[in-house]
Amino acid sequence: MADIIKKATRESYGEALVELAEKYEDLYVLDADLAAATKTGTFKKAYPERFIDCGIAEANMMGIAAGLAATGKKVFASSFAMFAAGRAYEIVRNSIGYPHLNVNIGATHAGISVGEDGATHQCNEDIALMRTIPGMVIINPSDDVEAKAAVKAAIEFNGPVYLRFGRLAVPVINNNDNYKFELGKGIQLKDGKDITIIATGLMVYRALDAAAELEKDGINARVINIHTIKPIDRDIIIKAAKETGVIITAEEHSIIGGLGSAVAEVVTESCPIPVIRIGINDVYGHSGPADELLTEFKLTADNIVKTAKEAIQLKK
Amino acid sequence: MDATIRNQLEITACKVRMGVIEGVYNAKSGHPGGSLSICDLLTYLYYAKMNVNPKIPNMPERDRLVLSKGHCAPALYSVLAERGFFDKAELKKLRHTGAMLQGHPDMKGTPGVDMSSGSLGQGISAACGMALSGKLSCENYKVYAILGDGELEEGQVWEASMFAAHNKLDNLVVIVDNNGLQIDGKITEVCSPMPITDKFEAFGWHVITMNAHDFDDIERAFNESEKINGKPVAIVQTSVKGKGVSFMENQVGWHGSAPNAEQYETAMNELKKKLESLEG
Repeated sequence: MADIIKKATRESYGEALVELAEKYEDLYVLDADLAAATKTGTFKKAYPERFIDCGIAEANMMGIAAGLAATGKKVFASSFAMFAAGRAYEIVRNSIGYPHLNVNIGATHAGISVGEDGATHQCNEDIALMRTIPGMVIINPSDDVEAKAAVKAAIEFNGPVYLRFGRLAVPVINNNDNYKFELGKGIQLKDGKDITIIATGLMVYRALDAAAELEKDGINARVINIHTIKPIDRDIIIKAAKETGVIITAEEHSIIGGLGSAVAEVVTESCPIPVIRIGINDVYGHSGPADELLTEFKLTADNIVKTAKEAIQLKK
Repeated sequence: MDATIRNQLEITACKVRMGVIEGVYNAKSGHPGGSLSICDLLTYLYYAKMNVNPKIPNMPERDRLVLSKGHCAPALYSVLAERGFFDKAELKKLRHTGAMLQGHPDMKGTPGVDMSSGSLGQGISAACGMALSGKLSCENYKVYAILGDGELEEGQVWEASMFAAHNKLDNLVVIVDNNGLQIDGKITEVCSPMPITDKFEAFGWHVITMNAHDFDDIERAFNESEKINGKPVAIVQTSVKGKGVSFMENQVGWHGSAPNAEQYETAMNELKKKLESLEG
């Protein structure tokens, strides 16, 4: 596995903005004094006249984005997930969501893998918050390839989109010719009949590792990558529920209100079977290197394997 | 100002006030006090200042208005209806189930409304975004935002104020409706935003004061605003909450309550008499 390429999706975000800027002359990028970290700095360097630094004022930035969109501009507004979805929640709801404006929110540093900055900056609640806003699209890409495809899809989509990117470099898993990003469509990465692992973001790679491990023990696991958490791909989930009889979800987010909740909502309404959620268990994080935290908070392939074996026992 | 034009504006403003009372009475809820304090301002803007076309409400080159104090939507709706953006009959359906006119402005559903607003402190940011947008693409439209004086207690107003001055948004005019009252009482007793003029000056704005109910003074203020380059303009208007309906004037209780049938008759009769005297 020595040839695995790793890259943080925030890097992909910055690069994708530059790649799209030539085609979309009305594309503007906003940040709140975090351009170096969110990687909108890459865009700022290439297109300084189309970059607007709003200073450390995320609430106002979302309003500025709304005003730009209301006058026909295509806008990406960036900050850490904590501030974009958390601090500015009500502005996103009322000034962007309610008028259904064409604002794309590029939220980086999502989840526990922020690492050393600790609990105040580790946002494990952003998907839950954004899911409650009517009409909001939420994309949580799993790697570099998917992140770039997501940025392109967002700019072409008419309405608000929340894009979730990470700080940590993660393996590139979608660099193949068959890869196709379709907004609102999950991707089945591996077929299986005994259990389904539905993962999002950096947990997709770990889900694939776990499935390979389970295969050694004779357990045939299906793996589905859900990049678009809203609107969620109901069909792929219902099919998996019917065909495999048990689902586990894996996300770098609270088990409350994120992918696990979204999957459980679909399953309980349409074809009730056990759904076991792996994620942050309603606790705050703390400081530490990202990889150590992911292990400590059980966001690992090992924990998916262990949970899968337990979950299979729940099948009727 | 030419006496005939002034008289026409006063007549229109009186009709706009009647629309406010009509809307709030039929809705059995809403905010008459702060709506009545901005009727002269809105009349001046929509009849004497702004480049708008009721037949093409989304005309790209139009001037924009953001009612950041969105609870005073009855005044905006009344002036838009009077100006011909939609049928005045809509005012009687304000806040009703299935009606076009929502409790707070909805840009998706109402012709002439340039921005959805109502959650205080947010409209000024959107107005800054619109003004910046005009600058970025070298368009000549102006953006007007109307804020309440109590609204200045929202921190986002000052984030936006910093942004506007930093970006030299001289195509933006913010009007602060200083009627001195908010829901819980006098603004100076709740959590004073005073001194308002000094605050905007300190944030790098050009500040003008005006009498909110004197069209000559309103014209003077807006004429001055147009001579300012490189800075956003804040016009602080001294107004009377409930202006034009004697029993509502300067009464905090009329911030957010509707008149009953008897009060409605009294208010409308008062405004009708005023209209008759203006029409001479």
